[in-house]
Amino acid sequence: MQPTLKDVIPAVETTWVIVAAVFVMFMQAGFLLLEIGFSRMKNAGTVVPKVLANFSICALCYWAVGFALAFGGPGWFAGTHGTFVNTANGALFPAIAASHATVSAKWFFEFVFCAVSLAIVWGTTLERIKFGAYLIYAIIFSTLIYPIVSHWIFGGGWLVKTFGMQDFAGSTVVHLIGATGAFAALLLLGPREGKYGRDGKPNVIPGHSMPLVGLAVLILWFGWFGFNPGSTLGAIGGRFADIVVVTNIAAAAGVVGAMLTIWLITRTFDMGMTCNGAIAALVAITAPSGYVNFWAAPIIGFIAGVIVVVSVILIDKRLDDPVGALSAHGMAGIWGTLSCGIFTAPALAKLNGVGQGGLWYTGDFKQFGVQSLGVAAAFTSVFVISFVVFFIIKATYGLRVESEEERYGLDIVEHGMWGYPEQFMPVPGSEYHPPAPPAQRPRPRPVPVGMTARGG
Amino acid sequence: MKKIEAIIRPERLQSVQDALDELGVSGLTVTEVMGCGRQKGYTEQYRGSRANISLLPKLKVESVVPNEVVEPAVEAIVGGAWTGETGDGRVFVFDVEQSVRIRTGERGEETVSHESRIGWGY
Repeated sequence: MQPTLKDVIPAVETTWVIVAAVFVMFMQAGFLLLEIGFSRMKNAGTVVPKVLANFSICALCYWAVGFALAFGGPGWFAGTHGTFVNTANGALFPAIAASHATVSAKWFFEFVFCAVSLAIVWGTTLERIKFGAYLIYAIIFSTLIYPIVSHWIFGGGWLVKTFGMQDFAGSTVVHLIGATGAFAALLLLGPREGKYGRDGKPNVIPGHSMPLVGLAVLILWFGWFGFNPGSTLGAIGGRFADIVVVTNIAAAAGVVGAMLTIWLITRTFDMGMTCNGAIAALVAITAPSGYVNFWAAPIIGFIAGVIVVVSVILIDKRLDDPVGALSAHGMAGIWGTLSCGIFTAPALAKLNGVGQGGLWYTGDFKQFGVQSLGVAAAFTSVFVISFVVFFIIKATYGLRVESEEERYGLDIVEHGMWGYPEQFMPVPGSEYHPPAPPAQRPRPRPVPVGMTARGG
Repeated sequence: MKKIEAIIRPERLQSVQDALDELGVSGLTVTEVMGCGRQKGYTEQYRGSRANISLLPKLKVESVVPNEVVEPAVEAIVGGAWTGETGDGRVFVFDVEQSVRIRTGERGEETVSHESRIGWGY
């Protein structure tokens, strides 16, 4: 049978969804480098197996159960069918059935979102958590926590169907859920040794590589062009290009906002805060990216940049969050979700078929209230479940390494090797060799013409 | 005038430094060093193979102090560096013949003495 012009639509949409999904997959490299850069050298290596293990566990769990709970049917609480992605019938996944992309493409796209959310959880836990805790929580997170809560908002569950909560690409679903898990873990873990002095004042524990952090932020920024524009799940009509513009100008305004704010506070152009500003703005624009017109994007991004700086400084007084995940993903995620209630354009709400216009257009607080409800519901449920899970891990397997192990660093304690081995190792293979008799010694090589002291 | 040289655990530097500052010691020099001793080494694993590492990271702290400060300074270092576990390190004391402050050309013991704590670092 010859392919016809009608076959082009699913082909184009599937192509775009897969391209966007591999952009999002690449964000794992961003999280990897971000966490390495913000850690001390003795904890650089442990991030590598952590990110790979989390991504892989998440893939298997989301394939087996997660996708079915998130999208398999219109139930108010969770989906019911589609385990092991056992069908290619797009109609069985009603919340994402409007897209012509194949079920496989949709699965992959939704899976990489789950993996991003899981990666965010570990930002607060660096340099002291036991490796096994990653693995245990990853299973529960990608099988139950993320799929069920994302079903409420992405998958046609009660928050979107009954209330019309707007979250285009997941300020709440992906970022707030991840940051909430991070918050629960942090409360049970406590700060790194030496973070707070005897007088309770926070000490600085600088990360060891700002160049890696910079690379990480640019990789994440790059990945976001799959994250938000890809959430159209389709290419027809070219809506995704508008969302690229919205995403990019919001991030740009976030960098400017964060830099300006930290300059006003400390009179320095802080490296880490500039990076946090970009991430916070990208997180904030994630929910409204499909709902707002261009003019609102820089405002949302700029405010996120201000929020993240103030939030990092305030949180640091009490809670030891090495990468600023609570601020950049949590506070900015909340702001981004709420900003829909202010800036959503009525025409775009209608186009997406979710909720109504924001306060700016309608003068009505209704959508803002719905957004607040969504934030509260997602935060509360994820926090309670995560806290219980981490509490059980702490009581049985243990959540934190011994004090002495923390001082040596997780690299050597958990993995038997350093991330940067030459720092701590004598040159290998330096056994004693008896000197060769003069006749067998190699002759000095002749100096090439032109390199002698007299010149050529 | 004596030079005190101490090999200590890296994580004890802050308390050693605070204790010396309390005494009014005028300055110190810190070097990252590797060494072996009674603490023994450890085993690294790399893709299934083992490597035995005998050298451990330590810090060497050096300071030149007036004669009457030597004993309290040694006590301060021992107190600050002590954990009670094997590997706490050593303190050595040497005679020093001369000391010159480069900026002014002053010589002698007053170049290394201070009356009040100077508060390093800020």
